[in-house]
Amino acid sequence: RNPKIVQSSVKPMSAKNRFTLQPLPYPKDALEQGGISRETVSYHYDKHHAGYVRKLNAADEAGKVPKNASLEQLIINADGAVFNLAAQIYNHTFYWESMAASSKGCQGSIAKAIQLQFSTYSDFIAAFKQKATTHFGSGWVWLSLNKQLQLVLSDGHDACNPLRDRMIPLLCIDVWEHAYYVDYRNDRAAYIDNFVLLINWERVQQRYENAIKSFKSNL
Amino acid sequence: MAEEKQDRFSLPALPFNKDALKDKGISQETIEYHYGKHHAGYVRKLNAADKEGKVPEGTLEDLIKKADGKIFNLAAQIWNHTFYWESMSADGGSCEETLNVAKKLKEDFGSVDEFLNQFKARAGAHFGSGWIWLSSNAEKKLVITDGHDAFNPLKDGLTPILTIDVWEHAYYVDQRNDRGKYIGNFVSLINWKKVEERFNALK
Repeated sequence: RNPKIVQSSVKPMSAKNRFTLQPLPYPKDALEQGGISRETVSYHYDKHHAGYVRKLNAADEAGKVPKNASLEQLIINADGAVFNLAAQIYNHTFYWESMAASSKGCQGSIAKAIQLQFSTYSDFIAAFKQKATTHFGSGWVWLSLNKQLQLVLSDGHDACNPLRDRMIPLLCIDVWEHAYYVDYRNDRAAYIDNFVLLINWERVQQRYENAIKSFKSNL
Repeated sequence: MAEEKQDRFSLPALPFNKDALKDKGISQETIEYHYGKHHAGYVRKLNAADKEGKVPEGTLEDLIKKADGKIFNLAAQIWNHTFYWESMSADGGSCEETLNVAKKLKEDFGSVDEFLNQFKARAGAHFGSGWIWLSSNAEKKLVITDGHDAFNPLKDGLTPILTIDVWEHAYYVDQRNDRGKYIGNFVSLINWKKVEERFNALK
């Protein structure tokens, strides 16, 4: 018997890397002028975000992840470690897309919706900053659209994600300390002030308009 | 106009110099932020809440056991951080076999090393901000518990003897995302004299 053949036939076939790390929508230094350094993006993306992808794939290979479930389905239905990993992968991709090196500012349909819901853009920003500043411990703050087509500001712990509440997310900020400790140390408020100026409003508007269509088509 | 109330809560002094732990991986800068901003900040905020009449009577321990929400968070974080500083020392890390706590750890975990392995594993696996504790429970057994954010085992009727902070601010300056490295360093810093003192004081 050829020992090599025995060895390779014993090793099980596995579906490698079912989950993938989405590319960053910009170079790692794109947000430096806006207050998020290349170093932060490197750690945040290459270590934290990539780490969640690696760990979910490892859990998948160990048979711990329901087959045929998309990331969104895992977020809605899974619990514990699998939920944490799936949600953190999704949340971070969403976070990168919530920012842009340069944005034309809040305009169009999303601006109108914000004014209707929050009175003024400034009031919305104040409410957003308040939620983000006061959230205790690791977590996320989200702007989402609910089934009643209302804008909802929410915050939650750790890997919290509004898909679980059947809302459609539009914008998020990461308030885990790893998001700001390199650049701001404990000064989360300064990080949030800068984040607000980096919001990719074109993307938020796109998500908003898609969300409206999506909810309306489900009626 | 309300009378100017005195600060009810105070920031205890650090049990060592700010650069005392730097050779074992916790820099002066980390201590300056962790103690000078985070720990001090919780004291400042609880005093501010107190002056607005939002803090019930009682000691920090009373608040930890009875309060909830923001008041619990602040009180527990003040207490937790004091306990954390006291859990470390520059010449720590060596758990002598003759210590009473060493014998109890052997009884309850099989060996001190096995305890440390479990403690490290729990600290590494904890998701998000929080604390990992070694405490004595109602059956006088030493147990490891971990929890979110300002979690403190006094609320569960346990008596803690050792803690590690796994909020990212505890290690991000020195180790960035490498929490495992930080935990390894922490183990070499454990102030076993203090842990023994707390163990011996258990009723």
